[in-house]
Amino acid sequence: MKTLDFFVGHYAYWFVVALLVLGLYGMMVKRNLVKKLIGMTIFQVAVIIFYIASAVKREATIPIADKAIGTADASLYINPLQHTLMLTAIVVGVATAGVAYALLIIIFRRYNTLHEPELMEAMKREEEEDGDE
Amino acid sequence: MREFDSDDIVILVSRTLSPFIMLFALYVVFHGHYSPGGGFQGGTMLAAAVILIRLAAGSELAHLQFPRELGTPLGAAGVFIYFGTGLATMLGGGRFLDYAFLPLAGTAPALRSLGILLVEVGVGLAVLGILTAIFDDLLEGSGE
Amino acid sequence: MSDAPALPVLILLGTAILAPLVSLLLRRSARALAVAAVAAAASISAVNLVRVLGRGTLHTHMAGWPPPIGIEYVLDPLAAFVAAVINSIVLIVLVHARLSVDAEIPDRSRHVSFYALVLLMLCGFNGIVATGDFFNLYVWLEISSLSLYGLVAAGDRRSPVAAFRYLIMGTIGATFYLLGLGFLFVMTGSLNMADLAAILPHVWREPPVVVGLVLMVAGMSIKMALFPLHGWLPDAYTTAPSSASALIAPTGTKVGAYVLIRLLFFVFGAEFAARTLPVTSVIGWLAAAAVIYGSVMAMAQKELKRMLAFSSVAQVGYIGIGIGLASPLGLIGAVLHVLNHACMKALLFLVAGSFRLKLGHSRIDRFNAAVRRQMPWTTAAFAAGALSMVGVPPLAGFFSKWYLALGAVRASNWIFLAVILVSSLLNAVYFFRVLERLYMGKTGGPGKQEGPAGEAVEDGPRDGEAAASMLVPVLLLAAALLVIGLLNAVVVKQVIMKMIPQGMM
Repeated sequence: MKTLDFFVGHYAYWFVVALLVLGLYGMMVKRNLVKKLIGMTIFQVAVIIFYIASAVKREATIPIADKAIGTADASLYINPLQHTLMLTAIVVGVATAGVAYALLIIIFRRYNTLHEPELMEAMKREEEEDGDE
Repeated sequence: MREFDSDDIVILVSRTLSPFIMLFALYVVFHGHYSPGGGFQGGTMLAAAVILIRLAAGSELAHLQFPRELGTPLGAAGVFIYFGTGLATMLGGGRFLDYAFLPLAGTAPALRSLGILLVEVGVGLAVLGILTAIFDDLLEGSGE
Repeated sequence: MSDAPALPVLILLGTAILAPLVSLLLRRSARALAVAAVAAAASISAVNLVRVLGRGTLHTHMAGWPPPIGIEYVLDPLAAFVAAVINSIVLIVLVHARLSVDAEIPDRSRHVSFYALVLLMLCGFNGIVATGDFFNLYVWLEISSLSLYGLVAAGDRRSPVAAFRYLIMGTIGATFYLLGLGFLFVMTGSLNMADLAAILPHVWREPPVVVGLVLMVAGMSIKMALFPLHGWLPDAYTTAPSSASALIAPTGTKVGAYVLIRLLFFVFGAEFAARTLPVTSVIGWLAAAAVIYGSVMAMAQKELKRMLAFSSVAQVGYIGIGIGLASPLGLIGAVLHVLNHACMKALLFLVAGSFRLKLGHSRIDRFNAAVRRQMPWTTAAFAAGALSMVGVPPLAGFFSKWYLALGAVRASNWIFLAVILVSSLLNAVYFFRVLERLYMGKTGGPGKQEGPAGEAVEDGPRDGEAAASMLVPVLLLAAALLVIGLLNAVVVKQVIMKMIPQGMM
């Protein structure tokens, strides 16, 4: 029973682990820069889901004040703090993605490729040309 | 980039939908403290409404509606509204962003509610401006 | 209870927002606004430092909500010191930046963005230093990091790739930090630093807390460029515009080190971080490896900025050794090295910028005595910076290494001592290589001198010494190295001794 609880009882955290590993795999193994970026996005989303999963309480509802339930008992609402923190984290992720895509566009315009080995080749050739001056 | 190819059905549907998206986005911004929503969410939808027209009708036409140069200054203005609210509270005698000290008439809870609303409007404008600016920059020009 | 801790942040943030709006009306005002804002921030931080040293820690509660419900900004001696150092260095570099930015970023319309990014970066750094809440720190960390990615990408042809690599690694670091913070929050229920310091002794042994600490340390080590997580640094510092390198090299990694010190010694306590769990030992050994690796790689470089970048990896290693010792002497050495390295690296990168502007290049194999005759004062300042990096008394660099060595001896860690001594020798090798070329190299060496446009020019003074706006900051920093070195006892006794947390003495 304990092993079952370890896997099924914590399924949210296993999901987070799977996303983390996927994201890291994408960032490290994939050779296309856009795929690295997608891996990074998945990695960030995993952390967001981790926080949200940690906010849940048993028999509790979303943290919007409900006239029927009232505001006296806090255990009837899930913890809103993690949700507000993750709003900020989502915005940070969007801004980072924006900067990253802008960089990718510049790289593509200058080197005409987003495939990392080709990019390294092109940069090495350019460096040799600079060195010959 | 491929040549832009205009299509009447797409343009018609986008033109019809876009104002409703904006209206719903305004609803989301203003109801941030009563329901899921708020500045960032509403701002993203506002930007979606603007970008929809850019996608459907092409850049030249869409820039008549929302000019290219408007993006970044609108973003800066939105952040400035946020910062200005904080400054106003400091001038009113409290700490930065302590809305109860806004130099307006009202009880402390009402002022707090108003302060958050002002801040959310600022954030919504900022997000609208910046997301549209990102879209425009990605689409044309070399890293302006 | 005043607003003082948050003031530099607010001023810089306000100016960063205003600069694009104002420069729509007054075209060239961005730089002047930036210098004015940084000057205001620097003077406020200096005043704050004096106040904190005299009267104790300053607190301010954001939006009036008391901690732990609200976000609190705290200036204790460590935070005030780091803030004062960072703001002053950036002010000096910004004065130098006018001509350098004009030369290296030809497109005028981009200058507004450059200065706005500098302001945002400094705002982020001030926020990291002043805040007393870990999630607020994450927000400022990302604000400053995004500005850094933008500043790095403004450079030459290869800079977008370097900036992209920096972005990926930096975001991994910040996300690890956030994940670790999540674990800590789940176990303790608080994000406030002082509150965590009170709650943590009750939950130390729990696995999530250990995992949280390790993840946060790993994340900040990426930001701090601790070996082997330094991969982004050499390319980023080399390809960035010279002014940007001079802005981020003295400040960026130091702020990461500040967060590590705050996390390990003030929140978790030296007791836990060093003895219960060998976190500081791991950091110390990796730092020792960083020192050797950075020094060896620097010796192999042909280009001045790249050499200085690897040298930065080594210098961050010194600070890591100080953290790794987890003793008062180690902390003194680390914090003093923050000050010293900021001055030295700013000086060296500014000189590299002056060389690039006046000579058109900064390649070491093309330096010769003609350079020294053309720019005698700049070269002299470079020599002062180099001697300080090697650790020649009475310049500042010697004293931080002295405290670190004392700490290593006190802890009977002979390997750290050997690393410090050997690396000083290695530093001497690669710096004296440059100095030898500048002071004793033959004129008319391999290849002709080239002007900035690439045409061949004759030897001898061409454009002369660097302009005043570039020369004065460089000489000021060189003089500062001498003054800090001579007055180091004052600095340590009056300022740094007050920073040492209770659990460590």
